[in-house]
Amino acid sequence: MEIFGIPAQAMFGQLLIGLINGSFYALLSLGLAVIFGLLNIINFTHGAQYMMGAFVAYLLLEKLGIGYWWSLAIAPVLVGATGMIIERTMLARLYKLDHLYGLLLTFGLALIIQGLFRNEYGSSGLPYRIPEQLLGAQNLGFMFLPNYRAWVIVASLVVCLSTWYVIERTKLGAYLRAATENPQLVQAFGINVPRMITLTYGFGVGLAALAGVMAAPIYQVNPLMGADMIIVVFAVVVIGGMGSIMGAIVTGFGLGVIEGLTKVFYPEASNTVIFIIMAIVLLIKPAGLFGTQK
Amino acid sequence: MKRKLATALVSAAFAVGAGSAQAQVSDGVVKIGVLTDMSSLYTDLSGKGSELAARMAVEDYGAAAKGIKVEIVSADHQNKPDVGSSLARQWYDVDKVDVIVDTPNSGVALAVNQITRDKGKAFLVSGAATADLTGKACSPNTIHWTYDTWMLANGTGNAIVKTGGDSWFFLTADYAFGHALERDTEAVVLKNGGKVVGKVRHPLNTQDFSSFLLQAQASKAKIIGLANAGGDTTNSIKQAAEFGIVKGGQNLAGLLVFITDVHSLGLQTAQGLIFTETFYWDANDQTRAFAKRFAAANRGIHPTMIHAGVYSAVLHYLKAVEAGKTDDGTKVIEQMKKMPTDDPLFGKGSVRADGRKIHPAFLVEVKKPAESKAAWDYHRIRATIPADQAFRPMAEGGCPLVK
Repeated sequence: MEIFGIPAQAMFGQLLIGLINGSFYALLSLGLAVIFGLLNIINFTHGAQYMMGAFVAYLLLEKLGIGYWWSLAIAPVLVGATGMIIERTMLARLYKLDHLYGLLLTFGLALIIQGLFRNEYGSSGLPYRIPEQLLGAQNLGFMFLPNYRAWVIVASLVVCLSTWYVIERTKLGAYLRAATENPQLVQAFGINVPRMITLTYGFGVGLAALAGVMAAPIYQVNPLMGADMIIVVFAVVVIGGMGSIMGAIVTGFGLGVIEGLTKVFYPEASNTVIFIIMAIVLLIKPAGLFGTQK
Repeated sequence: MKRKLATALVSAAFAVGAGSAQAQVSDGVVKIGVLTDMSSLYTDLSGKGSELAARMAVEDYGAAAKGIKVEIVSADHQNKPDVGSSLARQWYDVDKVDVIVDTPNSGVALAVNQITRDKGKAFLVSGAATADLTGKACSPNTIHWTYDTWMLANGTGNAIVKTGGDSWFFLTADYAFGHALERDTEAVVLKNGGKVVGKVRHPLNTQDFSSFLLQAQASKAKIIGLANAGGDTTNSIKQAAEFGIVKGGQNLAGLLVFITDVHSLGLQTAQGLIFTETFYWDANDQTRAFAKRFAAANRGIHPTMIHAGVYSAVLHYLKAVEAGKTDDGTKVIEQMKKMPTDDPLFGKGSVRADGRKIHPAFLVEVKKPAESKAAWDYHRIRATIPADQAFRPMAEGGCPLVK
């Protein structure tokens, strides 16, 4: 059986690969969507924070002998904490101003962080091994699926859906959403809104760092890994609709698959296809596929 | 203030003493521009290290003592031919740069090659790979120093096809360099009776290769040829291991691999990889001495063949400026072709009429972790390809200068 001239088996393999890459897009764009939706900050530092997550994992292993599983917990907390410091000392001063100021500040921070890491670690990347429990691969008949990649899909789905659930379906999420709409009123009910916002930013950054740790064994741990990723992820967020949590998740996985298929049918365009889709979506539905016009 | 005065006096003294040697040097200074990748995937294999290598060459040549004033500037071309071109124009027109060196990324190098020719300056290529620089795009103002796609294809391709790797699938970086490397390797494979069963072209600086690797796996080719470089190569190799490509009986051929890539992959992943290079730091006492000095000033990163090439090219360039008593681009290049080359890193060699620098090449294999005795002890030299066989015969290149 063939689909568009490609054997069906090969096609399934490519779809699965697309989903795996989509998991990273989803995790990263989810963090961005949470931060934009609740803080109204366009967090351009996100790529650098993703990279920091991978570096924390690398340094924990090299310097302290702490392995992958602990890194999954430690790196997001550490990087999230640096995020909270940035939010308290810098971002908090910009909430009253136009989006553009937040964007410029976070973009500048991203350049500084990346520059510092590049000076220290160079550009060729550092090795990080796949944890022993996830070595090896399953033969699915139509493809060879590395265990680690299977884990990435599952972990990413679980994290994405629980985040969505917390924000859209729980009381805590309701407070958060209310605080975005009308901070004064929520504060009047006795809820510490600034602290909640700081924690939310920390959480969004933590998600980026988590994606970084998960990416470390697949890609090289590289100071530039975030810069390569962030532009694509922004396109994902724009297509999904700025601030829409479900939009970020669905578009993340969806675009991963579309990009994967492009790599089969017309590989030369694989790094532009997402932007073509972005342009089309912006023309037809400027608020994004899942966004609502405010 | 005192120090400033002292510096002024010293330079004045040099200027007086140097009067004769400088007579033909434009505006009294030989200005070297290192145009390279300072921020992206080729930074470690060229970048700051190339600038350092140029400085070491100026120092070792003893330019100051000989009364030749040399200045070095550097810039980041960001792997974009348009950025590289405008930097080159500004350097030549405004900043009075006499020679541009290094320039990894064949796309940028081809653009600068043309500009240099138009302006009558000099271009010493160490970083870029495309053999077109001494083929159809050859120029009386350019010397291609360290290696090229034909030499890589010839060295690695021959060795692999002869040991049974006769069906190939190419994973090619989609720009001038990848296309040239793929073309030259394909020619070697076909010439030796092998066949190419497929190819896929990926954008420069790709993160995820799994989709391409799956296509390569499905092709059942015995050899997957990686016609890419730097971060693209390391990511391909690392992810190929993940998908069990080598365990499944297919082999990878890294067509352009640098020691910094091996370092980045770690020996565990890189072991057994076979490729061709023209310089290995642990080849003899002189290369070891150079590597020691170089690494000490370069965050411990040992010199790649590109760094060594920059050093050797700048050294020969300065000798030619001294011998010809001029830094006029076209004349220095002519002088460089006339004089035999001799330096501690590549030994004795020569520059051909088409601008190709000639020296031996090494077919190397990456050591197993257990065989590596010290940091950066990574390669074992399996064979040496003599200088007269390592590069494309001049008649086959189609360089108009040769007719």
